[in-house]
Amino acid sequence: MHPFAYEAPGSIEEAVALLDKHGDRARPIAGGTDVLVQARANRWDLDAIVDVKNIPELTQISHYPDGSVSIGAAVPCYQIYEDQKIRDAFPGIIDAVEMIGGIQIQSRASLGGNLCNSSPSADGICPLIAYNAVCHIAAPGGENSHRDVAVEDFCTGPGSNVLGRGEILVSLVLPNPGDNFGAAYERFIPRNEMDIAVAGAGVSVKLNDAGDTFEAARVALAAVAPVPLVVPAAEAALVGNSVSEATIEAAAAAAADAASPISDMRGTIAQRKHLSGVLTRRMINKAVERARG
Amino acid sequence: MVATFEPKSEYKVIGTRPIRHDGLDKVTGRAIYGADIKLPNMIWGTVLRSPHAHARIKSVDTSAAEAMDGVHAVVVNADLPKAENKMVDLGEGATNLKWAVDNILASDKVLYAGHAIAGVAAVDRYTAEEAARAIKVEYEVLPSATNVDDTIASDMPAILEEFVGSPGAEESGHANHVKEFVHEFGDPDEAFGGADHVIEAEFSLEMVHQGYIEPHNATAVWDEDGRLKIWTSTQGAFTVRQQVAAVLQMSESKIRVTPLEIGGGFGGKIPIYLEPVAAALSRKAGNVPVKMIMERRSVFEGSGPAAGGKINLKLGATKDGKLVAADSTLRMEAGAYPGSLVGASGMCIYACYNIPNMRITGYDVLVNKPKVAAYRAPGSPQVAFAIETLVDDLCEQAGFDKWQFRRDNAAKEGTRRGDGPIFPRIGMEEVLDAAKETDHWNSDIGEASPGRVRGRGFASGYWFNVGLQSSVNLSLNDDGTVELVEGSTDIGGTRASIAMQAAETLGITAEDVNPTVVDTDTVGFTAVTGGSRVTYATGYAAYNAAIEMIDKLKVRASRLWSIDEDDVQFEDGVFSSKSDPELSIGFKDLAGKLGDTGGPVTSTGSVDLEAAGGAYGTHICDLEIDPETGKTDVVRYTIVQDAGRAIHPSYVEGQMQGGAAQGIGWALNEEYYMSDDGVMANSSYLDYRMPTSLDLPSIETVIVEVPNPVHPYGVRGVGEVPIVPPVPAVGNAIKDAIGIRLREAPMNAGRIVAALDS
Repeated sequence: MHPFAYEAPGSIEEAVALLDKHGDRARPIAGGTDVLVQARANRWDLDAIVDVKNIPELTQISHYPDGSVSIGAAVPCYQIYEDQKIRDAFPGIIDAVEMIGGIQIQSRASLGGNLCNSSPSADGICPLIAYNAVCHIAAPGGENSHRDVAVEDFCTGPGSNVLGRGEILVSLVLPNPGDNFGAAYERFIPRNEMDIAVAGAGVSVKLNDAGDTFEAARVALAAVAPVPLVVPAAEAALVGNSVSEATIEAAAAAAADAASPISDMRGTIAQRKHLSGVLTRRMINKAVERARG
Repeated sequence: MVATFEPKSEYKVIGTRPIRHDGLDKVTGRAIYGADIKLPNMIWGTVLRSPHAHARIKSVDTSAAEAMDGVHAVVVNADLPKAENKMVDLGEGATNLKWAVDNILASDKVLYAGHAIAGVAAVDRYTAEEAARAIKVEYEVLPSATNVDDTIASDMPAILEEFVGSPGAEESGHANHVKEFVHEFGDPDEAFGGADHVIEAEFSLEMVHQGYIEPHNATAVWDEDGRLKIWTSTQGAFTVRQQVAAVLQMSESKIRVTPLEIGGGFGGKIPIYLEPVAAALSRKAGNVPVKMIMERRSVFEGSGPAAGGKINLKLGATKDGKLVAADSTLRMEAGAYPGSLVGASGMCIYACYNIPNMRITGYDVLVNKPKVAAYRAPGSPQVAFAIETLVDDLCEQAGFDKWQFRRDNAAKEGTRRGDGPIFPRIGMEEVLDAAKETDHWNSDIGEASPGRVRGRGFASGYWFNVGLQSSVNLSLNDDGTVELVEGSTDIGGTRASIAMQAAETLGITAEDVNPTVVDTDTVGFTAVTGGSRVTYATGYAAYNAAIEMIDKLKVRASRLWSIDEDDVQFEDGVFSSKSDPELSIGFKDLAGKLGDTGGPVTSTGSVDLEAAGGAYGTHICDLEIDPETGKTDVVRYTIVQDAGRAIHPSYVEGQMQGGAAQGIGWALNEEYYMSDDGVMANSSYLDYRMPTSLDLPSIETVIVEVPNPVHPYGVRGVGEVPIVPPVPAVGNAIKDAIGIRLREAPMNAGRIVAALDS
């Protein structure tokens, strides 16, 4: 690691200009819990890091009248899990932000940073997909250069994503999930803390008013593909069918089938496929429980 | 002639729990560790390491690094004195000097990913690291192997040319596979023929690391008169001095090593790594101090872990439960240079049992991984996994009670250990008896959480413990307190345990003795803090020094009273006249009269002790498994261990708990996970998966005391035994929980799920 500049812009425009100027020789930094570790490991040659924590839009949580919420990209995990409205309406997000790191990490690390780090094993991304979250991205070219990308379309490979030169993630917008909706996230780690997911599953379900039929579902898996993996086959196995052990088992089997992991120091292919099924089943059940209130 | 001591049951200091002398400094952050060293004009060093597991070094170009701003010096192997291909004794047994030097900085080949190639010193740490990246090394990559099976493949070249055609390699058929020994006693083949129950199995384990929190570090500077000063984190300042002197080919007396506080060692801080590099950099940079601290990745890749390997074991028993025959083949990974500690494995494998017919064959296996070092009872946990698992299986197969079988066949005084020695008084039977009396043994296993299953297992283990040389100096202050100067670095509370033995002997309190660990110029030779020897041997030296001090004070009392020296006696901290009951004076009062009776009183004690029989432990483990995920949680754990005599019971219990914690990690998750090209893929604490505080229950302890007859206070040594039983205890509990026997460690979630699926 060689010396690099520390920039702390106060506006989105300044941040975008700095990132545009340096290209891949600069990284935005929120909590820094990934960026600084990677910088020390010489993953990049950096000329600058751009601290985005002085930018108002990136550091706020906004609740809107329609029940949606916008979470600034640099909002640390603890602010999310201490927000009672998010706790009430988006418990699947709370599952993840309470799980990432310990208290010290949670005081720095952000959900937006977790997404931008774009690790296939990220705990924050699958629940965002389950809630159909959308990324609000600012781009070079003036005040109105923005674009929106669904979280499920954001990651493009391990450590890579759709952000182009100068682009910055501003916020994550989670639509109002509505009634009879439940979501949950769980991962498998062999210890009780301090581990990266061997596999994870983020699930959401929307039930009919009677609570006995799936009307909609999202199933996303962590650490079993180059990107957080959406499993349409598992979703299809649920939608329109009754809430039953057989239905849920079929979705879990579809998830295990769709998982295409690698073997590495954290787990084997067989173990990860197996866990994908187990965790999907468990998270569907938990999501159903939450949907039924 | 070895002195023997009658055990006493009543002590004033021994067996109490005073606050350790170094406690306040440690909890307030005042204690000085290697990372705290700051000297005038100090610069920083770092090491360039090989990315390849096995390669010939074709060229090393350091010119770009040397040309960088802020870079003071670059050193490679050629900057160290030319090392002959000859055997030298470095205190830890004989070794080849060229290998010792090549492991500091590689010469012709790199033998593992992480092998040091060059040292760089610069104005700061980051400049040094940037400069190291600028060094250009041209490699010819060679085939590599990181396990005992791959390394003997016919297309795998010799890792060390010296073994090509050597007798041990000739016999085994491959230069990487060196036969070390065969211990044989009785007639095992005939005994198996006559046995009613015969069982055999293969066990395998992966390389594991000690996992000390503090990374290796060293600061070195040369004086203008050619003396070298080193500050380092080590288990033995004198062994550092010895090794550095060999590598730099200089006189030991020209080197002063100051041991700093040590953030864990467990055997891994006996070898040297950075010290000669820092010294070479200091000299080349113009004799300025050079400080080096390893990155965690380098600690994993470039220091000395514990051997993995394969163990084949066969046991035979009669139908009435007598163990009559054992045969084993131990193939232990040495890493890139010889020294797997397979010899210790051979000493320990059968040591819990009395087996009249036995054979042990040991191989030292070279693989492209770092050279192994000692790790807490080195070599014993691996073989305990084999025998304590197979004994359980034998009992199940034959219908024997697992405890009774172990008790009936337990080693005791007079039993022959596998490698030959006859046991003196040992405590295996007492430990097994005590295990059966524990609350844990007699409690129900309890209800598992929904969807989970529970199991209980137990296992025993042995470590021989060593004696070796120690020195202690005492000086008496006029307020009756005593300065105690020792050379044993304090890893586990030994300032307290040594001071307490001096205090007990002198009849004063533990707080009245002020222990200090000093550098190699300041005390007599003292061997490493290792082998569970310090409380035993350095404690014995403190006892000897205290006895000498009492003898000198008897003379002072006789002068005070103008009586004959032989008329003075010492008991319970009081000097008195045997003939005149009116004449008596307390230790502290007499200390105040030194100026009137002949001046200062100092004393010394030194010992060179034999090993003393060793010690045993039995562990009981309850665990809970989620059969769907393989997640395993240890829910209750009890350790029963013979300490001989627990000088400071809190630190004995701490040693027992710490050893078990490491052993549980070894059993469940820890391993060197090697990529296909021979690089450790999990060289961080994130992925190495040692247990955290959230992964362990509060570990219960029961101290058994079978006093060691050849130590004045009965000490046996306690630090190593507790890491021996956990791997099989956990494995036996897993078997009990899910009905499946795992013979590969770590017995992690993936293996459990795979076993349940098949």
